Amino acid sequence: MASKKRIIKVVFLLPVIVYSIFLIFLPLLYIFTISFYKSDSYGGMIHTITFENYWELFDAVYVKIFLQSFIIAIITTIICVLIAYPFVLAVSHKKKQTQQVLMTMVMVPFLTNSLIRMYGWIVLLRKSGIINSLLTGLSIIDEPLPLMYNNLGIVIGMVYTLLPFMILPLYSSVSTIENSLLEASSDLGANKIKTFFHIILPQTFPGLFNGALMVFTPALGYFFIVDILGGGKIMILGNLIKNQFLTARNWPLGAAISVTILLIITIVILVYRKLGGKMDDLGGV
Amino acid sequence: MKHNKKLDNFCLILVMIFLFLPIFVLILFSFNTSRLNIVFEGFTFHWYKDLFSNRMLLDSLGNTLIVAVISTLISTIVGTISAYALKKYDFPFKNFINELLYIPVVIPEIVLGISLLCIYTVLKFELGMMTLILSHISFSIPFVIISVRSVLEQMDPNLEQAASDLGASKLKTFFYIVIPSLMPGIFSGAQLAFTLSLDDVVISYFTAGPDSNTLPLQIYSMIKTGVTPDVNALITIMLLIIFLVLCVSMVINIRNLNKGELK
Repeated sequence: MASKKRIIKVVFLLPVIVYSIFLIFLPLLYIFTISFYKSDSYGGMIHTITFENYWELFDAVYVKIFLQSFIIAIITTIICVLIAYPFVLAVSHKKKQTQQVLMTMVMVPFLTNSLIRMYGWIVLLRKSGIINSLLTGLSIIDEPLPLMYNNLGIVIGMVYTLLPFMILPLYSSVSTIENSLLEASSDLGANKIKTFFHIILPQTFPGLFNGALMVFTPALGYFFIVDILGGGKIMILGNLIKNQFLTARNWPLGAAISVTILLIITIVILVYRKLGGKMDDLGGV
Repeated sequence: MKHNKKLDNFCLILVMIFLFLPIFVLILFSFNTSRLNIVFEGFTFHWYKDLFSNRMLLDSLGNTLIVAVISTLISTIVGTISAYALKKYDFPFKNFINELLYIPVVIPEIVLGISLLCIYTVLKFELGMMTLILSHISFSIPFVIISVRSVLEQMDPNLEQAASDLGASKLKTFFYIVIPSLMPGIFSGAQLAFTLSLDDVVISYFTAGPDSNTLPLQIYSMIKTGVTPDVNALITIMLLIIFLVLCVSMVINIRNLNKGELK
């Protein structure tokens, strides 16, 4: 009987152990290891231990890409917060049924293909696109505006793609605020702004941080948005890693960049935990 | 508390326009006689007919669906069993495994993508449908586990005890008691896995082979060479299906809400 129990235990645990070791741990360990190797400039690797790849990251070219990437990710996150907060609050003021409809509508665009949505933005934003045609047609502007193939295009694409990851956690934390709390605040004479900063913001902080993390992290890596809407002039970390692995074939350098990103994300996660954030909330999109 | 209704509605409408504008444009141009998605010249169903002779596009759609269905099935089964096992059993390095499971959720997809690519190269796996499915399983499982675990936490532990007191075996209890009560979590986990798989660009980009193009990858390469309106037609059809499915699920949800209020 005891052995049968043991067999069941092994059968139940085996998949998760095999999975997490072979598809998560070993691949990442490999990346970590080769980040200390040397590239032999023929696409191969020399097995030594060197910090050269990490030193190379302090090269002005790479520092610039790191900064650019972080600035784009931070701006994207801030804009998502600025759009999501009023939206989510407005949704929470509606009846339960209407809330359900609105939140489902938020998800509809994201069930289609993210690339085709980017293509939709090209049709809207390009020089001969709908927005420019409309504005020149109405003689509001003479020259078409440069709406894409620049940083503006990238940020529009990023915000559009990542907005639901901000809206969903924020909505679920806003909907936990007790109405009586808001009423008490207004009864006691607090105005809207005061209520927001003293009641709503602290109460929704976990959702906000969660959303920020789920927007910021992918924004470092979504090379395809930069490729499509950035017009090849700008690079973010995603493009850099992709190039090192597929074009330049300098795996050790690509690995060093990846490890650096992982290190930064780890620090952010540790802060999130220190502030009382739960890891399980992160996947609940 | 009084809310400014006009301001609320203004804000809702603005965000909805932002969300639906590019999609509306794509739908509109799927009925356009012009090949170029620039000016609307006239109405036609031409592209819908064209779509069914575009082998490349249909093949990539087929691949996408195969990968999504298989990877969702496997990751849902593995994720459900794992969530249960991780709660039930203790074993060495349990905390370590638990931490590992969060990694695919929090790291940029590109890092997971290249590390999987590396492992496949080292193991001499040929890139193709197999590696693609394996990769999709790898990023879906944690989401299923998290989703199932949230229901598991609320499950009454006495339920299992009662089943075993009445003489049910461990496996019987698992299949007849545990699984049915976890259904909401399993279902939402599967839904999430399916959606993530359908839309994945980054990880597929690194782990797909030359003849296992998925729809996102196909459109990615088309955007560089020129998108034809039959793609718009395909997206319009897909949206219609999604819309119908969502409507049904929404009606059910709202009905449940109404029932809840009546009680």
